[in-house]
Amino acid sequence: MIPTVPQRSFAKWCYRAYVALFFTYLALPLTVVCVFAFNNSVFPSLPWEGFTTAWFFGTEAPFIGVFHERSILRAIGTSAFVAVWVAGLAVAVGTCNAFLFVRHNFRGKGFLYIVMLLPLIIPGVILGISILVFSSNIANTLEDATGLWFDQLRPGLVLVILGQFSFVTTFATLVISARLQKFDPALEEAALNLGASKFGAIRQITLPFLLPAILASAVVAVLMSFENFNTTLMLVGSDSPLTIAMFDKLKQGSTPVLNAVSLLLILVSAGLGAMSLIFQKRRA
Amino acid sequence: MSSDTSRLGFYLLLAPILLWLAVLIILPHVGLFIVSITEKIGPREYTIGLGNYAKFFEEPLFWHTFARTAIMSIVATALTLLLGFPIAYYIAKLTKGRTKATLFLMCMIPFWVSELVRTFGWMILLRETGVISNGLQALGIVSGPVELLYNDAAIMVGLVYTSILFMVVPLVTTLDSLDDSLIEAGYDLGGSTQSIMREIVIPHAMPGIVSGCIVVFMLSLGNYLTPVLLGGKDSLWFTGMIYSQFITRFNWELGSAFGFLLLILSSLVVYLGLRISGQSLSATMGRT
Repeated sequence: MIPTVPQRSFAKWCYRAYVALFFTYLALPLTVVCVFAFNNSVFPSLPWEGFTTAWFFGTEAPFIGVFHERSILRAIGTSAFVAVWVAGLAVAVGTCNAFLFVRHNFRGKGFLYIVMLLPLIIPGVILGISILVFSSNIANTLEDATGLWFDQLRPGLVLVILGQFSFVTTFATLVISARLQKFDPALEEAALNLGASKFGAIRQITLPFLLPAILASAVVAVLMSFENFNTTLMLVGSDSPLTIAMFDKLKQGSTPVLNAVSLLLILVSAGLGAMSLIFQKRRA
Repeated sequence: MSSDTSRLGFYLLLAPILLWLAVLIILPHVGLFIVSITEKIGPREYTIGLGNYAKFFEEPLFWHTFARTAIMSIVATALTLLLGFPIAYYIAKLTKGRTKATLFLMCMIPFWVSELVRTFGWMILLRETGVISNGLQALGIVSGPVELLYNDAAIMVGLVYTSILFMVVPLVTTLDSLDDSLIEAGYDLGGSTQSIMREIVIPHAMPGIVSGCIVVFMLSLGNYLTPVLLGGKDSLWFTGMIYSQFITRFNWELGSAFGFLLLILSSLVVYLGLRISGQSLSATMGRT
């Protein structure tokens, strides 16, 4: 079945209908989430009670919009805080890893590379509980030994950041390594010949070359951090990031406020996704 | 450049990755294993033993849920492959240029959005007062509201939806690399569409099929949101069980044993998939 070989038109239309049906299936859940954000009703379901933007801007109960719902705003702030830390750490370590794997040969390199890929195949829930168990054991030992409190090692934002960092770094490493492999070392040698120091050459020549990959991986890291659920669920303390806060609200019974948040999330994710594509295109 | 400073540079580069992998990946999993073989015999008194694993095999609820999770994940993987393959083939072989880029992008958009939002969308569609129930009533197909949520089929719809991208992307990549002239040659030699699919297209797409299946199976097995939100009271999922042992029951020893069993199953499937297809982990993961 390729364009140059004629097909019966009935088969061709069936195929097209299937493709159309498939894309409807893809679009349907997101569409209803967005549409019901504007329904003038306290439940995100039919019947349609008319158009309203109260779920965004409303100030009077029960129509308290996203921009006035304090718990959601706080959760967005928490998520942003976590995402910035995760992206910063993951990109910094990922860049180091890229230099290590592309520029250096050492014993055990192949093995280290495999271990570096492991976070991709460990289920997020397991990653979460293993870090939870490990940090709690350290905290218990330290507290028994010193008599001080180590709250940072108990479920909370520090553990959430570490948990997300533990697998996002693998993605950052892969993206930045791929770019560094395309770099011509002769450019750096030329800078060295012209009297640049080793670090000067890397800062002025290599890092600018890597910048698109660094930005793209930072954007993807922010996206992954914002959306992560499984690992975060196991490590979260009293400050909930957005996905956890939404999950708690969803279990209590949903209102269209959740649709409004979701719509904003869809817009931001689509924007960030487009940004990462643009960075990667410039890379090519 | 003296070799002393370059060696220093090497160790400076080595430090972060070792720290990351040791502190956040390797040691926690060793710790998880140690906790899983620890049994509590009294307040602050522990002994080493396989009691937690024994408990898993003794209690039917535990291993039934485990088997159920594995079987449903296999079904979800098979369904994703069946539904995704024609789409990947369409994108790779029957479209070109801008249409192709647009369709590919349309496949990816839903996956930039949080899994929670996607699952929420399915809840709005499938619930008793939901869009599909109302649509069916308006069309006169059913007379009263129908509850489509909280059953295994709803879980399946959600799982396939969540993971289909990870099937379509590797398939499009491998199908793209299949030269059209090979298919033409197959037709010239008198092959039917079915035999060409069987003899030429599918063997060529095998690496993509395997890596797609591995990733989809892993994602389904480790999924928490979809079974919890779309499934009914009896639709237990193994990750849910791990969560309840850890957070609700506070039985970390048993929870760790569960976690380790899930990790073993997941790793085994990845290992077997790679062995069967003769691929390396790096090549498979690089593709997705």
